[in-house]
Amino acid sequence: MSNEATLHGHPEVGAAHDAHHDDHGGHHHKETFITKYVFSQDHKMIAKQFLITGMIWAIIGGLMSVLFRLQLGYPDAHFQFLEDLLGSKWAKGGQIQPEFYYALVTMHGTILVFFVLTGGLSGTFANFLIPLQIGARDMASPMLNMLSYWFFLTASIVMMTSLFIETGPASGGWTSYPPLSALGDASEGSKTGMDLWIISMALFVVSSLLGGLNYISTVLNMRTKGMSMTRLPLTIWALFFTAILGVLSFPVLLSGFILLLFDRHGGTSFYLSDIFLATTGKALPNEGGSAILYQHLFWFLGHPEVYIIILPAMGLVSEVMSVNARKPIFGYIAMVGSMFAIAILAFLVWAHHMFVTGLNPFLGSVFVLLTLLIAVPSAIKVFNWLTTLWRGNIKFTPAMLFAIGFVSTFISGGLTGIFLGNSTLDIQLHDTYFVIAHFHIVMGVSGILGMFAGIYHWFPKMYGRYMNNTMAYIHFWITLIGAYLIFWPMHYEGLAGMPRRYLDYSNWISFNQFGGLNRFISTVAMIVFAIQLLFVFNFFYSIFKGRRVMTRNPYDSTTLEWTAPIRPGHGNWPGEIPEVHRWPYDYAKDGRDFIPQTEPLGSNESAH
Amino acid sequence: MSTFFLLLILFFGFLITFQIAKASEYVGVLKGEKKNFEQNNKVNGFLMMAFLVLGLIGVYWCNELYRGKILGESASKHGEQIDTMLYITIAITGVVFVATQILLFWFAYKYQYSEKRKAHYFPHDNRLEVIWTVVPAIALTVLVGFGLFYWFRITGEAPQDANVVEVTGKQFGWIFRYPGKDKTFGKKYYQNISDKDNNSLGLIWDDANAHDDVVVNNEMYIEVNKPVKLVINSRDVIHDVGLAYFRQKMDAVPGTPTTMWFVPKFTTEEMKKREGNPDFEYEISCDQMCGRGHFSMRGIVKVVSHDEYVLWLAKQKPNYAAVFPEAAPAAPAAPTADSAKAAIVTPAPAATASVTK
Repeated sequence: MSNEATLHGHPEVGAAHDAHHDDHGGHHHKETFITKYVFSQDHKMIAKQFLITGMIWAIIGGLMSVLFRLQLGYPDAHFQFLEDLLGSKWAKGGQIQPEFYYALVTMHGTILVFFVLTGGLSGTFANFLIPLQIGARDMASPMLNMLSYWFFLTASIVMMTSLFIETGPASGGWTSYPPLSALGDASEGSKTGMDLWIISMALFVVSSLLGGLNYISTVLNMRTKGMSMTRLPLTIWALFFTAILGVLSFPVLLSGFILLLFDRHGGTSFYLSDIFLATTGKALPNEGGSAILYQHLFWFLGHPEVYIIILPAMGLVSEVMSVNARKPIFGYIAMVGSMFAIAILAFLVWAHHMFVTGLNPFLGSVFVLLTLLIAVPSAIKVFNWLTTLWRGNIKFTPAMLFAIGFVSTFISGGLTGIFLGNSTLDIQLHDTYFVIAHFHIVMGVSGILGMFAGIYHWFPKMYGRYMNNTMAYIHFWITLIGAYLIFWPMHYEGLAGMPRRYLDYSNWISFNQFGGLNRFISTVAMIVFAIQLLFVFNFFYSIFKGRRVMTRNPYDSTTLEWTAPIRPGHGNWPGEIPEVHRWPYDYAKDGRDFIPQTEPLGSNESAH
Repeated sequence: MSTFFLLLILFFGFLITFQIAKASEYVGVLKGEKKNFEQNNKVNGFLMMAFLVLGLIGVYWCNELYRGKILGESASKHGEQIDTMLYITIAITGVVFVATQILLFWFAYKYQYSEKRKAHYFPHDNRLEVIWTVVPAIALTVLVGFGLFYWFRITGEAPQDANVVEVTGKQFGWIFRYPGKDKTFGKKYYQNISDKDNNSLGLIWDDANAHDDVVVNNEMYIEVNKPVKLVINSRDVIHDVGLAYFRQKMDAVPGTPTTMWFVPKFTTEEMKKREGNPDFEYEISCDQMCGRGHFSMRGIVKVVSHDEYVLWLAKQKPNYAAVFPEAAPAAPAAPTADSAKAAIVTPAPAATASVTK
């Protein structure tokens, strides 16, 4: 679609856009507090809403991990303040009770995976960057975009509510495998808490679909004149693939949840068969269902989900790295191609989570092959990042530090994926601390480091002010070092076969040799958590009191968002949307530090 | 009280950090943005190198510290193959890990900003990209090849002469069933399960094959150097039979039996000596989240010599004999006897139990 059409011929986005478009000379359109900050349809405000909601969730989810690390580090200690705070049901005598422990790990996983690293990460940067970097005034449908946030918030509120009900929140693990999650008599958390969990996740899926469809149509239809697909910054490519993954896989998850809901309340037997519950002394009537079916449905989203988390981080990191190394990203087409390969393969590897469920070994072998295949595009990306740094002129802005940290943890966690994707090793390592170490490093830590890189880099564009660098440097180094100190030794616990989701190992002859290590990990985890609060403080303080941004393009960056005013209004550019003439990575070309995308090719200049 | 002090210390820590951070921002403005940036850049560049060096030392040190604590030699023959696979993988990924981390942080250090340097315009190079597509592909082919070779051996059919034990997980414990003298498991149906009537597996007493089945809780006896095949079930939710020392693991899924087999190499007594721990036991850990007691769902595997095994098995009383002491001895009945017995032995709670699966 031509840029002219984008600008003038868009009846479906017309009402909001044209009005703003005409206004932009003067910025006089009326905005009340409600329309500007609450029910805003401006993609930038929606991005900030996602970001701040995500940050609140991250603090809650992080705090939960502090609580269960307290239990793991000091299984025999009595922390009176816990009983004072949480009551005697959950922390009797100052000791975390099993139901509470399992509720904590379940909620920690759900919150961090879905509400922080999916909603918070994609929601923030897809909303903020897509229109600004492709040269659009807003999303294809600002209304759906707003709804996407409000569904996300509703999902958040429902999930939060589940923390306060009498039987506690869901506690069957973030994967919520039935029959445990289907039977209230099998676990306290599978009573009302599980219903709220399913409702909340269903709302979350709706939010994710509304957002995703919007991102895809915006990227495809609303690029400014000259912005061909191969001139898109890698952030946009990454967010584009992420949205496609989400749109194709979240509905499958929803279907799995609906069947679970039927099994819970409708008397169906999709997942249930041959069950006798000792708590009631009764056998259930359900026969013929398959508990494994749920796992197929869950992991058909569950695996793409980890790429939904990591792809945006990869995109942000690629962009930040190129800008701060003052060099084009190495192998742009290979980067796009490898993301495409990852997106395709993401759908073909889900059963590697299920090697020891009794899966047919031949089927398992197919999934081994496809899983290890993903290592190839991942390796391409890593080597391309390394080559981007090579002979650069690197500025260590906080964002750049986080980008480098991302590559480091992505390598470390990616390599352990080669262990787990190999079914032979998975027999030994499945559901042990090795798995925890692997996915926390490659998905949790890398995802969050990528997110930090994005926040530090685009904060000036979001709020027109800078964050404090000293605090950012402290934040980075303690986070990176802490993350390795927490998760690296866990590999050894996993190699010893130490199972996940135990709250006390002291009665086990095989696993009680790690008491000292668990205490060490817990201590580091608390320090790292405290440092995140420093970031939160820096963030909110800088919104109001940070140093003001005085130039439009503080990083000497080539991409379009830095051609917009320092504090762009709704519609982003006053007057015409800039036209694009080149790819986004013309750094250090022809002896010039950078050439903006808006600059036409010189007469004897060759396009990339 | 100590909690309060901790929070106070934390708060003051933040306050001080914040003040320093603010002050350094002002100093930066006074010194000039450029100079301030160059100083910060130098510090961070140095830290990159320091992180690399200390990190690699840390990795080595961590390995020295913990490699003695990770189970030692595998206690099963399958486990040896898994260990070999592990070493191959560690070797390949280890080289990649060290090389790429060194390149990453060394490049970051070496190419840190300098006024004199010009960044090198280097957008792509097909030759390089082909190299790092093909080399990882070859390495991974090797890993897939070895992996599948071992995988099919481990998951292949158990030998004909293997002892068979049925393992059933429940919230929160393990039940084991031995087929008895007839080497055939009797039929069972979950609706017959009744802990009250001492029929924890729901055996169908109509089936004569069930009469000599031995059912024991929590401790499983197996023979050293003899293949053992486990048929794994669950009574309620999904559990997982985790045998860390044998390097084995298999889910217990209600309604869908699974199997695994292995050959134990050392008896429990031998392991006590090898581990230098007189309390050593092979443990069964539940490795799939199964509810509040998941962390304490512990079973024991006693690996014993052939003679001890035979002796132990002979001593066990069949489940049937415990339920119907008057009907003992539970000799393997001829098929014709079935209908005669059915009248006596239909258990009360499940009158419809003639349904067999």
